[in-house]
Amino acid sequence: MMEYLDQFAAFLSVYPAKLPQWEGVLIRAIKTTLIVTAGSFAVALVIGVLLALARLSKNALLRGIARFYIEIARGVPALVILFLLYFGLPPLGIVMDAVPTAILGLGLSTGGYVAEIIRAGIEATHKGQREAGLTIGMSSWQINRYIILPQAARISLPSLMNTLITVLKDSSLASLITAPELMLRAKAISSTDFLPMHILLLVGAIYLCLAIPLSQLSRLLERRMFSKLGNRM
Amino acid sequence: MEQFGDLFTRSASHLEVLLQGAGVTVMITLGSFVMAVTIGLVLAVARTWKIRPLNALIAIYVEVFRGLPTLTLLFICYFGLTYVGIKLNPLPAAIIGLGLSGGAYCTEIFRSGISALHHGQREAAAAIGMTPMRAMRFVILPQALRITLPPLGNYAIGLIKDTAVASAVAAPEILFRARNLSTETFDTALIYLLVAVLYLVMTFPLARWVDHLEKKRKAWQ
Amino acid sequence: MNGNGQIHVNRCDFGVKMTENKELLRIEGLRKDFGTLQVLKDISLSVGQSKKVALIGPSGSGKTTLLRCINHLESPTGGHIYLDGDLIGEEKRGVRYVRSSAARLARQRLDMGFVFQNFYLWPHLTVQENVALCPWKVQGKSQKEAMDLAEAMLEKVHMAHKRKEYPERLSGGQQQRVGIARALAQQPKIILFDEPTSALDPELVGEVLGVIQELAAEGRSMVLVTHEIRFARDVADEVVFMDGGLVVEKGAPADVIDNPSNERTIRFLGQLRG
Repeated sequence: MMEYLDQFAAFLSVYPAKLPQWEGVLIRAIKTTLIVTAGSFAVALVIGVLLALARLSKNALLRGIARFYIEIARGVPALVILFLLYFGLPPLGIVMDAVPTAILGLGLSTGGYVAEIIRAGIEATHKGQREAGLTIGMSSWQINRYIILPQAARISLPSLMNTLITVLKDSSLASLITAPELMLRAKAISSTDFLPMHILLLVGAIYLCLAIPLSQLSRLLERRMFSKLGNRM
Repeated sequence: MEQFGDLFTRSASHLEVLLQGAGVTVMITLGSFVMAVTIGLVLAVARTWKIRPLNALIAIYVEVFRGLPTLTLLFICYFGLTYVGIKLNPLPAAIIGLGLSGGAYCTEIFRSGISALHHGQREAAAAIGMTPMRAMRFVILPQALRITLPPLGNYAIGLIKDTAVASAVAAPEILFRARNLSTETFDTALIYLLVAVLYLVMTFPLARWVDHLEKKRKAWQ
Repeated sequence: MNGNGQIHVNRCDFGVKMTENKELLRIEGLRKDFGTLQVLKDISLSVGQSKKVALIGPSGSGKTTLLRCINHLESPTGGHIYLDGDLIGEEKRGVRYVRSSAARLARQRLDMGFVFQNFYLWPHLTVQENVALCPWKVQGKSQKEAMDLAEAMLEKVHMAHKRKEYPERLSGGQQQRVGIARALAQQPKIILFDEPTSALDPELVGEVLGVIQELAAEGRSMVLVTHEIRFARDVADEVVFMDGGLVVEKGAPADVIDNPSNERTIRFLGQLRG
């Protein structure tokens, strides 16, 4: 027992020596991770709302395109899309930096999921509510704005927060196309300092520190949205 | 036309290599799926015993392994464990890494499946003299499994896609072969498009099956 | 709120003094097909100012479709609707009728309150916000004005004490009364009731009918689709019996309900009485 404790203490004793050395690199890497996460989530939201509206539109061509897109996004790994954009496009004359490529690729891949979440939210509101809006003289824009989308947002919010957490985790894939985020730095440090377990556990802890508050926030928002939404018209 | 024929021959020769990788992808998927479902079932059932410290441990496991990126887990299994003297080959490292994170998902899937059943079912089983063990085995689990089929199917689709990450620890699956192939032939765009198609071919039937299950469930409600 | 109450009183005065028989709603040759199914076949009706018309008839006779065509929730296949001389949902260009813009139709719908069988309150808004939404966001009143108006309308249906609740916390009868207040808040010229008590448990029917009766006594114009024959007789100025997409018989309640002349009316009323 004591022996294990000693080993554990020895393991931990590395950190005080190494942390000051890693700190600057890791903080910059965290920033990049957050940029990739926020950027690709924003791209995914825009694509998702557009696709959801397209899927519910009266135009059969738009519906078909949306279905096709969602089907592909559901079946192809995000990493393959990243490789396709980062390694496949330059020979065709299109060159992008790693971070924008990661934002675009993860956004494109997540957009399909977001579309399905938002569509489910819109469909969950009863058609009679739309009609009730018509009878009080609302335009369809007003109905979407004051009746359908607030409810769709409330219904989709927990799922969207979970998607945000997934995007945060998926941002680690950007390291494989050399975007200088947490995992890339972790790999670099582990090969220069020969301390893979130390740096990987530390980076893992950083991801948890970012993800767990998000999942708490999601629960909090879910409760708040429910009681406060009416005052936010 | 000639160009088109050339495209065809190139695709055929790439596919020959990629399909070998597909075999490995399937192996990783099956291995980690079995591991994840086993972990999930055991932990979800163990949770129902309501032993406080045990439940706390399970909650920590779920929260931690769902919050970690798959890539981080794989690196820990492949590079990190060397620190404690464990040297895993790429394939087992990928299966264990994906299995551990999948186990956390499956625990949640089975937990909600079990809790979706009315507690009256348990009481009814007790009323006809079943032990809690037998009630779980013959009454609760069979129903819970049926409820959890669609989310399990979705998990399996996600898992097939996640195996692509194993290329980063040099497991010779589709994407790993694709990377080598593209550095040899510089035919990058075509190779990755073929890879995308291969993944679609693997996930598409599963996706249809899940949609079918969900439609059936909706019609049933 | 008082200002609003006065507007209403004024309107009643006009109705009584000047325009005893002024026509408010006119339906001309209305037809509605769903695919090959003819639901309405040439309906013509007229509703005078301050009059209450009850539409009765077996299910599938087209009553609800007629009501939904009046404010163009369903677009009629043929025929025209006029409210206060205003052609609803269409514009006349020379001899042709063209569908009017969505914005114009929306403005016209403001003049017609609609009460749904299944209430269709908006679950993300409080009771008061449900009622205030139209005056606030559609008619452009200030938030305070709209909320005050909503409270006054809720008082009319005896629901002011629940104004801070969300609809899901109310009984069916309470929800329907809020639905009526929502229709009142748009200050309509006429209120269309689509089987307002059909979705309610029997013990909750009375409170909703009571409210409708109070509104009728104020001299409001209304068209009421209902299965409550006794209520129709007590409240309506005119009863219209529909069957198979046609008006079979219409007249004073005493004639149509107590003394029906058409065989189909007799059979329908006989079935209701058991």
